[in-house]
Amino acid sequence: MNIDYHALAPEIILALTVVAVLVVDLLPVEKFWTAVVGLGGLFLSFIPVLTLGFCESLEFCDDTGVRVLFGDSYVVDTFSLVLKGVFLGGAFISILLSVGYLESDRFWQGEYYFLLLSSALGAVVLASSRDLITLFVGLELVTGPTFLMAGWRKGDARSNEAALKFFIIGVISAAILLFGMSLVYGVTGETTFTGIRLASAGIVDQPLFTMGVVFTLLGFAFKVSAVPFHFWTPDTYEGAPTPVTAYLSVVSKAAGFVGLLVLCYLAFAELRNIWGAALWILAALSMTVGNLIALKQTNVVRLLGYSSIAQGGFMLVPFGAAVTAGASPAQLEDAFFATVTYLLIYAFMNLGAFAVVIAVRNRLVTAEMDAWGGLYNYAPGLATMLAIFFLSLAGVPPLAGWFAKLVMFRSALSIGGGWAIALAVIAVLNAVIGFAYYAKVVKAAWFDPIPEAIPADELRGRSIVPSLQFALGLTVVAVVLLGFFPDVIARLGDLTTGFVSGF
Amino acid sequence: MFDNGWGLSLIVFLPLVGAGVVMAIPKANEELQKMTALAFAGVTFVLSVLLAFAFDYGAADTYQFGADLNWITAINSRYIIGVDGISLPLVVLSTFITVLAIVYSWEHWPEPHNPKAFLVLILVLATGMTGTFVALDLILFFVFFEVVLLPMYFMIGIWGDRNEITIPVFKRTTEMRLYAAIKFFLFTLFGSAFMLLGFLALYFTSGDFNGGVNTFSIEVLSEIGRAGLWGGTFSFWVFAAMFLGFAVKVPMFPLHTWLPDAHTAAPTVGSVLLAAILLKLGTYAFVRISLPILPDEARNWAWFIGVLAVIGIIYASLACLAQTDMKRLIAFSSVGHMGFVMLGIATLTDIGINAAIIGMVAHGVITGLLFFLAGSMSHRYHTREMARLGGNQKLMPVMGGILGFTAMASLGLPGLAGFWGEFMSLLAAFNPLEGLSQGLFRTLMVIGAVGTVLAAGYLLWMLQKVNFGEPSEEWAGHEFHDVDQWEMAAWAPLVVAILAIGVFPRIVFGATNDAVVQLVAKAFGG
Repeated sequence: MNIDYHALAPEIILALTVVAVLVVDLLPVEKFWTAVVGLGGLFLSFIPVLTLGFCESLEFCDDTGVRVLFGDSYVVDTFSLVLKGVFLGGAFISILLSVGYLESDRFWQGEYYFLLLSSALGAVVLASSRDLITLFVGLELVTGPTFLMAGWRKGDARSNEAALKFFIIGVISAAILLFGMSLVYGVTGETTFTGIRLASAGIVDQPLFTMGVVFTLLGFAFKVSAVPFHFWTPDTYEGAPTPVTAYLSVVSKAAGFVGLLVLCYLAFAELRNIWGAALWILAALSMTVGNLIALKQTNVVRLLGYSSIAQGGFMLVPFGAAVTAGASPAQLEDAFFATVTYLLIYAFMNLGAFAVVIAVRNRLVTAEMDAWGGLYNYAPGLATMLAIFFLSLAGVPPLAGWFAKLVMFRSALSIGGGWAIALAVIAVLNAVIGFAYYAKVVKAAWFDPIPEAIPADELRGRSIVPSLQFALGLTVVAVVLLGFFPDVIARLGDLTTGFVSGF
Repeated sequence: MFDNGWGLSLIVFLPLVGAGVVMAIPKANEELQKMTALAFAGVTFVLSVLLAFAFDYGAADTYQFGADLNWITAINSRYIIGVDGISLPLVVLSTFITVLAIVYSWEHWPEPHNPKAFLVLILVLATGMTGTFVALDLILFFVFFEVVLLPMYFMIGIWGDRNEITIPVFKRTTEMRLYAAIKFFLFTLFGSAFMLLGFLALYFTSGDFNGGVNTFSIEVLSEIGRAGLWGGTFSFWVFAAMFLGFAVKVPMFPLHTWLPDAHTAAPTVGSVLLAAILLKLGTYAFVRISLPILPDEARNWAWFIGVLAVIGIIYASLACLAQTDMKRLIAFSSVGHMGFVMLGIATLTDIGINAAIIGMVAHGVITGLLFFLAGSMSHRYHTREMARLGGNQKLMPVMGGILGFTAMASLGLPGLAGFWGEFMSLLAAFNPLEGLSQGLFRTLMVIGAVGTVLAAGYLLWMLQKVNFGEPSEEWAGHEFHDVDQWEMAAWAPLVVAILAIGVFPRIVFGATNDAVVQLVAKAFGG
């Protein structure tokens, strides 16, 4: 069998890195080096992503275009390359966030990076998977290690609760997903997405097939924590170590969305009326419920948990809008583009928001909003970054978040029709509600007085570890620059829409 | 130097660069921060004056000094800027007021003292304001329109009024500044989110009339609109969505309730910028976007806008008469004045729209000055309650004199700037665009005229309470420092501007008239 090793290079390098981390963990060196090896490995595996992406302008690179491997089940195209880049970048920043956190207490480090990188490997595989089995393996490789990571603070009951809840829900959703997939396979006799799409043409009306599709979608609804399958999210986010929460809310969530994207637009392309309707409801519920509950939160991490539910709802809006019957391929491309672009921008701003939370928490110990009062008086830099990330999440120009919201609205109006426009209006109202609670955090940090309970030495401040500084710098520059020049992200998003109108 | 949009881009972005520079100066070095901010704002103002001299008034209806560059290719949104006769006065006004705001701030820092952050916010605000007036792409316009929100939000929230108030409906007590800041932001965001939906709807339908290419270009969209290609319920909903966004910003009755709170709570300079320029973003948007792009719908909505405008005039005047707080009174008077501006726009005639623009400029300098005065007085008396003030003319003759002068300008005394906008918009209402109900607009004119009488009433009432009479016993033995040099430096140019526009309105009409006549001719064939 002739294997295209260039196409698989990111996965291979990442797998070797996973092993290398374990080996370094055994060597008699500072545990800190496991993180360095992990970061190096992520960086190295990013290089083939670039060479594959710019293949046509590189001399040594032959065989340009879409690379199909393993009998249609593994595809390396621009879509998968862009998302591999996101996953690698997200994992990179997550490690940067973790270093200081793990050093600050007696945590096991080597194992942690091993798990995180394994999970990232799963995400990278997922981006290329074009059949049910590879998709499932990739998805479970993403999720499995995170069960353990969520419980990394072993002495803390909340962390244990987080891990257990996450584990149980994760397993249930995997079961539901698998059940749905088996029905789909049973009815169509195919596992590859292209095969399913071709086979589905004649059996669109068959109830068993519909059931399979719906169950598969529900499995993913758990993964992306769409309302009403979101109950694990706030508890897990709050209890897990904050860097793990950051990872969960960005990389793991993005992996769920990638699965949804390929399934809906490729495998179930003929069933737009089913998944469109289902995701329309989930989008409306996620935005509204996530936002309304977020309004009441007093803990910043929990607030970000609900915010990520609501943001997930915004990302589902283009899916829901696609329910309109007469949508043309170009309009579906707009919808696909919108979700991917939203995901890319969301990755930067949410990681940044968590980076700020980690930095502030490092100083004040608590993530209760009341304790954050007057942050601006003693840590103006952190307060500024907090404002940048939270207001970007709220979608205020000229911070990157506005463009994400814009393309989301744009996709709904592009498709048009009563249902799509109704969803856009719901999204607009939610964008306004969303601002209210993001502004609450900003208000605490900027407008409120310093609480008297805070001891003076905490105000004098501890320095932020360099890795965290680096992560903050990276994300803040990205969020500000992308706000002014969103074209960069938009072009990337545009590259991904290849297979939507490919048939 | 104004070729290829360079000069105009400098005017827009120089303040932003200045904000970055000020941010880099160490916090302790306040003198340098102030000098830097003033230098950047000053150069920007000088550039805008040079722009006004270089402007070709013979071709005021065309966009000049423009640029058209790629910005976001994926959605075909472009960096299109340019000024015509309508936007030129507003660009100059905003750079002018920015300089004065910084000059006034020199020795008048609101609590908590933090000049660095305050100056950064003023400069960012300046970029947003001028940017909105020159943007000719709907997405670019939207971004600038929103950029002004953040600095103003922080300005109100950090430096605002710290008095406790009880929030209506929610029955919770909080500080005025916190309530006002979030209310200001949520109202505007609510409107502008719908406005964005309207813009997108235009974008997606524009392709059908533009060779299949969807566009956000205001110029191209206006041409499509002039050809009357949009119609029916579609254009009704688009107009409604944009109306919501613009009307909140103006603000029009009944969406005005954020304004008195925001004005009262904001620090002096914040109120000045808010009144002088931010409110104009909404009215400008009506003239620049709503009328040319959806002219037929503008005809259908004209009566509604006119009625709301006049309700705003009367309501605001009555509300003014009920105020005890001087700053709040001025804030409500803003609602009334913007009502005249909107009435002028609603007539859809060249006289009305000219009136609207000179009304905007006049309101900018007059109400800006009034807010400066209110701020300085409450700084000295430590109260804004008119019942406790009195005899100001005796205690501080110069300040009292300027207050009297400005109040006269505000009530529309002929010979001062405020006269033209009000007089001409009433004149335009006598004879609205053909096809609009003459009876209705004449009724509106009469009611609006009653509004001017009421305006005279509340302003004279305010003068009587604050300026005239004997100082109350409370102030016996107090030594008051009359207008200081920084105040003089900031106010004198405004006084001169009020006089100049009043006596010689050609300063504004010279730029606007051709552009307005062309706009009306193209959109309404008048």
